[in-house]
Amino acid sequence: MTNRRQFIKISFAGAGALTLGAGTIKAMDWISKPENGGNIKVDLKRTPTYCEVCFWKCAGWVYKTSEGKIWKIIGNDEDQHSNGRFCPRGTGGVGMYYDEARLKTPLIRVEERGRQVFREASWDEALGYVADKMKSISAKYGPESMAAFTHGSGSAYYTTLMKAFGSTNIAEPSYAQCRGPRDEAFLATFGEEVFSPERTDIRDTRCLVLIGAHIGENMHNSQIQEMSDAIDKGVTIITVDPRFSTAAGKSKFWLPIKPSTDIALLLAWIHEIIYNDYYDKKYVDKYCNGLDKLKEHVKDFTPEWAYSITTIKPDQIRKTAKAMADASPAVIIHPGRHVTWYGDDTQRLRAIAILNALLGSWGRRGGFYSPASYSLHAAKIPPYTEPKKSWSDAFPGKYPIASSPVSNALIDASIPEKKPAYPIKGWIVNATNLMSSIPDQANTKKAIANLDLIVCIDTMPMEITGWADVVLPECTYLERYDMLRASPHRKPAIALRMPAAAPLNNTRSGYNIARGLAVKLGLDAYFPFEKQEDLLDWQLKQCGTSLEEMQRIGVKTFEREADDLYFNEDEKVTFSTESGKIELYSKDFEAAGFDPLPRYVAHPEPPDGFYRLIYGRAPMHTFGRTSNNPNLTDLMHENSVWINPKVAKLWGIVNDQYIWLKNQDGITSEFKIKVRVTERISWDSIYMVHGFGHSQKQMERCFGKGASDTRLITKVLTDPIMGGTGMRSNFVTFVTEKSDKEVAS
Amino acid sequence: MRYAMAVDTRKCVGCSDCVVACQTENDVPHGFCREWVVETMNGTYPQLEIEIRSERCNHCINAPCVRCCPTGASHFADGGIVLVDHNKCIGCGACMASCPYDARYPHPEGYVDKCTFCIHRIKNGLAPACAAVCPTKCIYFGDLDDPNSNVSVVLKKRKFKTLIPEAGTKPQLYFLI
Amino acid sequence: MEEEILVSGRMNHLIDPQLNIWHWQIPLYLFLGGMAAGILCIAALYYIRGRENDYKTAVRITPFLAPFLLVIGLLTLFIDLRHKLFFWQLYTHIRLQSPMSWGAWTLMVITPVSFIWAALHIRDIFPKWDWKYKWIYEIENFFNRYKKVLAWIMLIYGIILGIYTGILLSAFNARPLWNTSILGPLFLSSGLSAGAAATLILSKDKAERKQFARIDLVLIGIELFFIIHMFMGFLASTQVQIDAANLFLGGQYTVSFWIFVVILGMLIPALLEFMELGKFHIPSAVPASLVIFGSLMLRFIIVYAGQFSRWLY
Repeated sequence: MTNRRQFIKISFAGAGALTLGAGTIKAMDWISKPENGGNIKVDLKRTPTYCEVCFWKCAGWVYKTSEGKIWKIIGNDEDQHSNGRFCPRGTGGVGMYYDEARLKTPLIRVEERGRQVFREASWDEALGYVADKMKSISAKYGPESMAAFTHGSGSAYYTTLMKAFGSTNIAEPSYAQCRGPRDEAFLATFGEEVFSPERTDIRDTRCLVLIGAHIGENMHNSQIQEMSDAIDKGVTIITVDPRFSTAAGKSKFWLPIKPSTDIALLLAWIHEIIYNDYYDKKYVDKYCNGLDKLKEHVKDFTPEWAYSITTIKPDQIRKTAKAMADASPAVIIHPGRHVTWYGDDTQRLRAIAILNALLGSWGRRGGFYSPASYSLHAAKIPPYTEPKKSWSDAFPGKYPIASSPVSNALIDASIPEKKPAYPIKGWIVNATNLMSSIPDQANTKKAIANLDLIVCIDTMPMEITGWADVVLPECTYLERYDMLRASPHRKPAIALRMPAAAPLNNTRSGYNIARGLAVKLGLDAYFPFEKQEDLLDWQLKQCGTSLEEMQRIGVKTFEREADDLYFNEDEKVTFSTESGKIELYSKDFEAAGFDPLPRYVAHPEPPDGFYRLIYGRAPMHTFGRTSNNPNLTDLMHENSVWINPKVAKLWGIVNDQYIWLKNQDGITSEFKIKVRVTERISWDSIYMVHGFGHSQKQMERCFGKGASDTRLITKVLTDPIMGGTGMRSNFVTFVTEKSDKEVAS
Repeated sequence: MRYAMAVDTRKCVGCSDCVVACQTENDVPHGFCREWVVETMNGTYPQLEIEIRSERCNHCINAPCVRCCPTGASHFADGGIVLVDHNKCIGCGACMASCPYDARYPHPEGYVDKCTFCIHRIKNGLAPACAAVCPTKCIYFGDLDDPNSNVSVVLKKRKFKTLIPEAGTKPQLYFLI
Repeated sequence: MEEEILVSGRMNHLIDPQLNIWHWQIPLYLFLGGMAAGILCIAALYYIRGRENDYKTAVRITPFLAPFLLVIGLLTLFIDLRHKLFFWQLYTHIRLQSPMSWGAWTLMVITPVSFIWAALHIRDIFPKWDWKYKWIYEIENFFNRYKKVLAWIMLIYGIILGIYTGILLSAFNARPLWNTSILGPLFLSSGLSAGAAATLILSKDKAERKQFARIDLVLIGIELFFIIHMFMGFLASTQVQIDAANLFLGGQYTVSFWIFVVILGMLIPALLEFMELGKFHIPSAVPASLVIFGSLMLRFIIVYAGQFSRWLY
C-alpha cells in the first residue's frame, strides 16, 4: 500500500527521529504518519492508583507522557472492582486534576460565616487556628462536642484524629442519607451488612429484581459489568420504578409502581412466595426463624390488595413472583444503595431482606456471595480515651437501632432549640458537601450559625466551603498516597494509591492535613509515621509484599482462606444474629418498640398542581462532586426536569423550555432548569438528576447550571429506627415566569 | 482486511464512557467529541421501549468524505479505516458538509478531525479506546474478513442495523438490536 | 411519542446543532464566480459567433470585471480555509471525483484566461495604453492570433465554472436541500443572468441593451422553471427532502427566499424588463441591479439553508 512518496516521508521522519534522538518525537510531530492517524505517544510512564471519584474505588493506572504530564487513566486488569475498565467518571478523573477552579491554598474567613470573604493563610497558621479552636471547645464543653462529617479515603485519618481527641462523633452522610436503612435491615435479618461494593452475585444470577436501584444510571462499575454479562446469559430483569429507567429499558418486566407504595408490593410478593410454596423450603427450614409469624402476617397481603395500592396489576405481581421463584436461589432482590425515601425505609429493606431469605439467595451463587477482605496490620498507636458521651447521648432514646453515628442527629445537636443533652460546637467536614448531601438546607445553616468552629477539607470550592471558618485545600487522589484499599470482594485484595504528580499549588494530602492537626493538638503519637509511604511500606511488608512491588503491580489479590464464597450444601452456617439464624421476624426491632415485620403505611401524596420530586443519578457524574470537571461537563453540563407530556400540555410547557420549580413549602429553585417532556415519567411525578444547580461562582463551568434538588427537599421524613432522612416526600410545582426582582433574590 | 465495529444496543446503558475515553486517548479538545451517545424512545407511558446507541464515524466503504476531498487528505487506510492526513487538509470543510452522520468536526488547529478507530492502538494489538473501556463490553471491534473475529461472530448471531442505509454510504458501524 | 436525544452532550463547534461551517465567504465566492462565469461565457459566445461588433460592451468591456471578481472570489475562498498554510496542497493533487478539486483547477485556468482577455481589449478603456516591453507585445500578438482558441477555452471553462458551483453543492447528499441535480443548471443560469445584467448596466448602446434585456428575461424564465421543478422534486422525494423543502415553504427561510430571490431578484426585474420592451422607459440599471442582487441572495440563502438541513438529529 505504501507508495514511493509515502515511503520517503516515513523514512525521512524515521531517520529524523533517529538522528535527533527520542526526545524529538515532539519536534517531528508535524510529519504525521498518515497510517497512524496522527500522533503516537512514546515513552509513557504509569503509576497505580484507585479512583476517588466515587466510593467504588476501582484500581487503575495513571498514564503520564514522557514530560510527566498526566494523560489518561485506565483500569487495572487485575482489579475485581473494575476488571480493567473504568467508568466515565473514573476515565474523566484527569479533569479533576486539571480543573482550574480547585482550591489552591488554606483560607481563613474574615467576615461572617457564609459571606465567603477569606484571606489566604499558611498551613501553619490555618492548622494552628483549627487546633486552638478545638482545644477551647474541648475545654469549655468537652471533646465530645467536636463532630466530624466525612466521606471517602480521608475518613480513616479524621476518625483516628477524632478518637485520639476524645470524640467518636464521626458521621458519614452515606449512612443516614443513603445506605443506612439497608445496612440495619440486613444486619437485623442476616447479621451482616451489604457492604460496598455490594455483595450481589449479579454475573451468575438468573433473575435480578431492581426495586429502587437504577443500575445503568448509577454507575456502580462492576455491577453494570456483571449485569451486562447476565444479559448475555439471558437474565430476567424485573424493574420496579415509577420511571422508565435505563434498567427498565432492559427488563423483561417493568412494574411502573405508584411512588411510595413499594412495601405493599414486597409484602404481596412475600405472600405469593409463601402461599404458593415458591420459597426454598430446605434453606428456610435450615436457616430461618419466624416463618410462621411471617406467614400469618402476610395472610391478607394478596396481589389484589397490592394492586389497589400500587396500581400494579395482580397478574403482573403473580408473574414476577413466579419468575423470581423459578430462578431461585440464583435470584437477587437488589437492596439498592440510596434508600432513604419515606422514613419507613428500614422496614422496606427488611421486606427485601426477608424476600431474599425466602428465596434462599443469601450465600448462594447468583444471589449474595460471602465477601472476604484482607486484614491489614494497623500502626501501633496509644489506646484511645473512651469518650464520656457518644452521638446517641445527644438525643437519648432516638434512633436506637443505628449502628453508626447519624449525621442529621449531630447537626440537630448543634442547634440549641432542639434541646440536645449536650451541644456539638465544632465540625470537621471532610470531602462532603453538606449543603448538597443533607436535606433541609435551612436546618443545616441554622446549625452552622451556632458553631464555634467549622473547618472544611475539600479539593473544590463546594458550597459547604463557603460556610467554613477555615478551608483546608486537599490535593486530588492523583497527587497523593492514601491507605491501602482492602475492600471486601469475592477474593481478598489490596490496592495501592500513589501520587502520579506532586500536589498542585499549596495543597496537601489528607494524611498530611490530619497529621498536621494532630501535631498541633499534641496527638502525633497517633500518627507515628511522618510520611505516609513509610506507613504503607511497613503495612505491605507485613503482608509479604512491599511498596516497591505494589507500585509495579497496583493490585494484589489473595486466595480465600476457605472455600466459603457460597454456603456449602451440607454446611451448617451460623449467622451473626441473636439466634444464630436468619431473623425473618426481628426480635431486636420488637424489643426496641418497632414493627418486627414490615407493614405498609400510606405516605402523603402530592396536592393538586404539585408533582412528587424524584431524583436520581446520571452515569457520567458523581452527585455534585464532578459538576465542574471539564471532561464530564462535556458530557452533561446541566440537569433537566422530566415532565410527562400530559402534564406539560396542561401547563403549556414545551420541550427545552427553562422553568423554575417551587416546592410545597414555597422554596423555589435558585436557577432555571431545562424541561424534558418525556413519556418516561408518570403524570404524578417529575424527575431530575441530583448534583446540579451549584451556586458557587468560583466553579464557572457549573455555576447556575440546572437546579438543585437538595434545595427543594425541605420536608424530611426521618426514620425513627436509625435516623435515616427520607427525602422523597417533597412536591413541586412549576414557575414559568419570575419578575426580575424575584430572579435576583 | 475490513475493520468494523458493532455496538450492542441491548447492553449499552448510555454511560458515555466511550466518549470520555476517546477524549483522553486522542487528546480531543474540550467542547468537541468524536463519539456521542443517542437515546431513542418510543411509546406512551407505560408501554415504552428505548434504544441506546454509542455512535461515531462509520468508516463507510462508499465514504462521501473521501470522494469529495480536493487534496486527498481524507483517505482510506488499512482495513478501510477513513483517516485525515493533517498535512494535506486545507480546512475547506467539504468533508464535514458531505458526512450524513455529521461525524467530523473542525479541530482548533485548522484541520478536520474525527474518529480513527484508534488506528494507533490497533496497530499495536489493542482495541480502540472506546471498546477497551466500555463497562458493558457492548462495543465489538475487529476484522470482518476474519470469520473468527468477535465482530464477525456477533454479526452472525444477532440481528443488526446500520444508520440511514439509504444514504448509500455503506457504513461499517453496526448496531445489534 | 417519539424522542431522539443526544445523551452525551454533543455540541461540536460549527457542526451542532446544525452545520455552520460555511459563512459569507462561500456564498460570496459562488456569486462572484458565477457572475464572472456568466460574463466570460457571454463574451466568448458572441465572439465565436462573430457578433463582436454588435455587442461591443458584452465582448470587450464587461469582461474587465471578470478578473477582479475572480481574484476577490479566490481571496474569499482562501480566507474561508481553516488550515490556510496548506492551501497549496490543492494544486499538488487532482481528484476527479471531487467537485472542489475541479473548481480549484478550473479557476487555475480561467483566471489567467480572463486576465488575458481583458488585457487584449485594454485599449477599449485606455486608448493610449502602452505595454512598454517588447516581449509583452509579442505575447499580445500571440494571443490575438489565437483569439478564437482562447474564446473557446473561455467558453468551456466558463460553463464549467458556472455549473460546478451547483454540482459542488449537489454532490453533498448529506445536505438534503442541496442534493438535487437541478442546482448546477440553476446556478449556471443565475450566473449567466448576472453576467447579462452586468452588460445591461455598462452598455451605452441601446440595441445591445435591448438584446440583453431579452436574454435576461429568458434566463429568468429558465431559472423560475428550475426553481419550480426543484421544489416539485423535493416534495416528491424522501422525508428529509420534504423537510428541506419545507424550510422554504413555511420554515425560517420562506420570507427571505421568496421575497429576496424570487420576487426582488426575478419577478420584478422581469416585469420591469418586459415593460421596457413594451416602450415604458425604465433605467435599465434598476432591473439589472435587482437581478445581480437576486443572484447574490440565491447563493446566500441556498448555502445557509442547505447547512440547516440534515439527515440526523
